[in-house]
Amino acid sequence: MAMEADVIARMIKEAIPDAEVTIEDLRGDGDHYAALVVSSAFHGKSRLQQHQMVYGALKGKMGGELHALALQTATPGLAS
Amino acid sequence: MNNNPIFDRIEQELNENAVVLYMKGTPMFPQCGFSAAVSKILADHGVKFKGIDVLMDPSIREGIKQYANWPTLPQLYIKGEFVGGCDIVREMAESGELRTLLKDKGVLS
Repeated sequence: MAMEADVIARMIKEAIPDAEVTIEDLRGDGDHYAALVVSSAFHGKSRLQQHQMVYGALKGKMGGELHALALQTATPGLAS
Repeated sequence: MNNNPIFDRIEQELNENAVVLYMKGTPMFPQCGFSAAVSKILADHGVKFKGIDVLMDPSIREGIKQYANWPTLPQLYIKGEFVGGCDIVREMAESGELRTLLKDKGVLS
């Protein structure tokens, strides 16, 4: 019931090719991650839609194998 | 998709309650840190809400994920509209957007 951070990043980039993905393993247990995803594909989309795009990229892993992924999305230039 | 009987039950809850939180556990006894966090944010905003414990009903637990096209819980609904999960609600609370939304929807005066 765990996923490697680079697998998560790769799946997001496959679906959103220009995405810059930063992943932090919050507890070092391979199960609780925080991800920042920055992509121009998010332009004009609501935050809800942006998160749905990332969840879509993870093809059902979110909520399953991937228990906890705190997600933050942004368009380029807006990332803090 | 629309002939899922679970969706009728969900829509009935959303029609009858202005603010609904689908969560793990109850507002008093949340069973998950994310559900606890959103419950606390709502309480801090002085919002009365209905918590629906998905752990009590596996069909609702799966159905609500399909309903919102959203893979995780908790899920917050205001006036029938899906607002988001823990990350989004937390961001909206910090930026003040949540209070604005609650006022715009007539939940808070």
